Order: sequence, then structure tokens, then C-alpha cells
Amino acid sequence: MNELVFFINKALISGLVIGSVYALGAIGVTLIFGILRFAHFAHADLMTVGAFVSYVLMALMAAAGFSAPVPLAFLAMFPAMVITALLAIWLDKTFYKPFRDRGSNPVIIVMASLGVTLMLQGLVRLFGGTRARSMYIGENKDIYRIPFPGAKRDLILTEPQLLLIIFTIIAVITLAVFLSRSRLGKAMRAVSDNPDLAQITGINTKHVVWTTWVIGGTLAAAAGTMLSLDVVLKPDLSFGLLLPIFAAVIVGGIGQPYGAIAGGMLIGFSETFAVFNWAVLLRPFRDSFPDWFELPTKIAFVPTEYKLAVPFFILILVLIYRPTGIFKGKVM
Amino acid sequence: MSELQPIIQLTDIHAGYGGMNILNGVEFSLNPGQIGVIVGPNGAGKSTTLKAMFGMLHCSQGSIIFDGQDITNKPPETLAELGMAFVPQENNVFQTLSVQENLEMGAYTRRDDYSHLIEQVYEIFPALREKRNQDAGELSGGQRQMVAIGRALMIEPKFILLDEPTAGLSPLFMSEVFDRIIAVNKTGVTVAMVEQNAKQALGFAHKGYVLAGGRNRFTDTGAALLADPDVAKSFLGG
Repeated sequence: MNELVFFINKALISGLVIGSVYALGAIGVTLIFGILRFAHFAHADLMTVGAFVSYVLMALMAAAGFSAPVPLAFLAMFPAMVITALLAIWLDKTFYKPFRDRGSNPVIIVMASLGVTLMLQGLVRLFGGTRARSMYIGENKDIYRIPFPGAKRDLILTEPQLLLIIFTIIAVITLAVFLSRSRLGKAMRAVSDNPDLAQITGINTKHVVWTTWVIGGTLAAAAGTMLSLDVVLKPDLSFGLLLPIFAAVIVGGIGQPYGAIAGGMLIGFSETFAVFNWAVLLRPFRDSFPDWFELPTKIAFVPTEYKLAVPFFILILVLIYRPTGIFKGKVM
Repeated sequence: MSELQPIIQLTDIHAGYGGMNILNGVEFSLNPGQIGVIVGPNGAGKSTTLKAMFGMLHCSQGSIIFDGQDITNKPPETLAELGMAFVPQENNVFQTLSVQENLEMGAYTRRDDYSHLIEQVYEIFPALREKRNQDAGELSGGQRQMVAIGRALMIEPKFILLDEPTAGLSPLFMSEVFDRIIAVNKTGVTVAMVEQNAKQALGFAHKGYVLAGGRNRFTDTGAALLADPDVAKSFLGG
């Protein structure tokens, strides 16, 4: 039983947590691709920026003597989401829209987003420095230990992890309702489906583009903040996230928001399953193995240092065997 | 029809793609409530004329007046607001949206309650009612065409432009679509359409335009064009 609890803690909960972060990022990237037809490389940096905005607001709240039953940074996250959404709209207006209006090749806009990546990373370092920061000032990270029947170990879940999982569930449901029920959500699907027809139908593309950036920006800021709450806030947070997020988008089917969620979870779980020490789960059955078989102390598909190779591997498999992704997306 | 003002009037239109002119002085006009059919050989500029009317390409010369307003080179969004609707020949439905959602998108510019219009579309195209929750991409070619026309009707247009609405349809569906178009016209909507099946379409057209080489070759009532031996010989296959 202890081994099972260890598996749940190390593989299932971690997978769910990192999968949620990837999913929240991938939703934005896939919607931006569906509507604006380019791969937004600066998306992971919106996460870093969003987390930094949360950090600054949290520090201000702490200085003002605020206290709350949830981490202050979690409260700061909501205004930070708004600020990040506005930043995303501004970035689009300043750096991407001029190219679109000129009818530039999408590759040029992708390059522009690469430039925005470098700019945002530079700005974060310029104002935030290069060191890692804790998202807690004068607060403690709550850790829930839930007793598991028949096991000596407890299930361990931190407060930020719980908040992240709850937030992701609410965000996904809200997004699903928005896309299937609201006028603007349906218009987003229409523009993604057939931009020319959307234009002659009189759908206001400007509003759709804004909505896309608002959804992408808010979810990125939330994911960045809650990931930083769970670990630490680093200026290079985005580096490790960009590839898995793009893998999630492609695996899920480009332009498919539900695919992005599925892809994010798939990549998240694959990462934690790949580095999990499966020997632990086999240990209780040690006695039933034949004598010539000695259970190694560690059985993992890849060493932890190579975790980043997992999304690459899945990406290659998907591109070979199902290039449209799980949910039949657009082919790049 | 004495001194009635035309709802749409194209005068000496020159337009094309990327500097190459396809239209070299096209004239076109319809009175309110008429059906105008544009026929002609491939490359004559039929579809281009419709696209020029709907602001989808730049007119280098000439003017387009719709309902008393100069709409030359106005973008399509503006024209939709003025009461013009365009049904393209291909990719004319949102494939991943349901039939009902396609109609709702057609009404995107409306802020009022349009449920009675959806009901009206289902009355004109009863086949769509039972398919309302199905993705438009799963429908047959004829049904898709009905969704496309239904979508265009949602703004209660004064003027609807149809680009080869029967392209790729079997003769049975073709007559069905023509019947529906006549039914739409009976509700007072002016119709301009490009049609390959010239004989059938000219049969119910109030006005017919035969284009060739980006210019008007013959213009008359549909019936007169059908009776004209010159038109028959060169454009209607004898």
C-alpha cells in the first residue's frame, strides 16, 4: 500500500499538476494558432510575466499588511491575469498585427514572436533580476497530508497544487461553455474554421482576436503564477515549458482547444511516468519473482535529467503516425 | 418598372487580382425584387463580378451603387450591415459548427431576437430542421448549399449574391435548390447569381447577363436571351 501511495504522490499528482500547467498554456497557443494562424513562441513568457506581475502585487499586498486564508499570490493572480491579458493585446497590436495587416507570411510573425520572447525575458531579468524567488512572504505553504487507508504514508498535496487543479477544472468547464454557448465563443470557432466566410458573414474579427488574446493571456498568467507558487519563481520559467506546451498543442491537434487539454495532460503524465521509478511498485511482489530475477533498485524509462526528451519523443511519434493529432487539427 | 431606381448598379467596372484585370468594363443592374443571372464561358469574369460587388477585390475603375449609396471598394463587413449577403461557391459553410450554429453566425451582426428567422429558414429548407444539431461538414452537397443560403438569409438581406449555387449537385438537387432560390426571391429579396446551368437559370431570370472576356456580350430578359439564336449558338450549346 505504501508503494501505491508513493506512486500516487510521485506520478499521478505530479502528472496532473504539470499536465494542468501545460494544458492551460496549450489552450492559448492552440486558440492563437486557430484564429491568427501562427505559432506564438512568446506564450510561455506570458506565463513568466504573469507570474512576476502576481509576485509584485503579492509583495505590495504583503507590505500593506494584508492576510488571507489562501496564499496572497493566489489573490494577486486575478489582477495579474487582467494585466497579462492587456499586455497580450498590446503585444499583438504592436508586434503582430502590423505584419498581419500587410499580409506577411506567417513565418515572419513567428519570428516576431521569437523576438518578443527575447524582449520579455530581458525585461523580466532587467526588473526582476536573475535569482529565484519564493512566492510566499511571511506565509507558509500549506501541505495537506491525507491519510490513505491501510498505508503508513500519507497522500501529499500542497495548497498551490490543489488550487491549480481546481482552477484548471473550472477554467476548462468555463471555456467549454463559452465556446459552445456564447455568441463570441461560437464566432471564435467560426473564424478558426473558415476565416474568409467569417469575414463575409460580418463577424467582427477584431473582437474575436481580442478575445483570443484575453483567454491566452489570462490562462498563461494563472498557470505561471500557480506553478511558481508550487515551486519557485524563476526568470527562465518559460524555457522548460515552451517545448512541452507546443508538443501538447500538436499532439492534441492544432487549433483544437479540447485537444490542447488532452495533449497537455498526456504530455504531463508521460513525463512523470517516464521518470517514475517503477521498481517501487514491483517491490511488494519481490517474493513471487523467480530466483534468477533480481529486482533492480531503479527502473525508469528515462533518467530525470532527460525529462525534456519525453515530449520530443511523443511529438515525433505523433507526427509520424497521426500528424493531425488526437482531435484532428490543422496540419502545419 | 418605369422609373424604378435600381437596387444595385455597376457602371464600367474594371477589376482583377494582383494588377491583372479580369473585368474590363462590366455593367450590371437589377431592380428591387428581380433575379439576375450571369452566364458565360469559363474565365469570362462571372464570379469576379459578384466578388467585385461584394468588395472582395479592388475595383480600379467604375462605380457600384447599392440602394442609393456608393459602395465601390467598401469592405464586405460594411456591406453585410447594409443588407447585402454573399454565398461563395466553395467553403461556404462552417464545417465544424452545427447547422443551427451556422445560422446563428449568419445573424452575428444582429442584436435583436432572430429566432423567428431561424424558424423561417427551416420552413424554406425543411431538410435542415432535422439536421439542426449536426455539423454542417457532415451534410450532403445540396444540404450544405441550403445551409449556406440559410446563413445568408439570417441578416434579412435586401440583396443576395449566389456564386454557382448548384455547382457539383445532381440534377434532382439542382432543381430543388433553384426552387428554393425562387422561393427566397418571392419573399422580396433581390437575387444575383452566377450559374453554369444557363438554360435552366435563364428560364426564371428577370434579367440575364452574358459575359465574355470581362465584358457584357448580351443583356436582356432571361426569356429573350434564351430565344436569341446568337446567344444560343455561342453560349448555350445550341
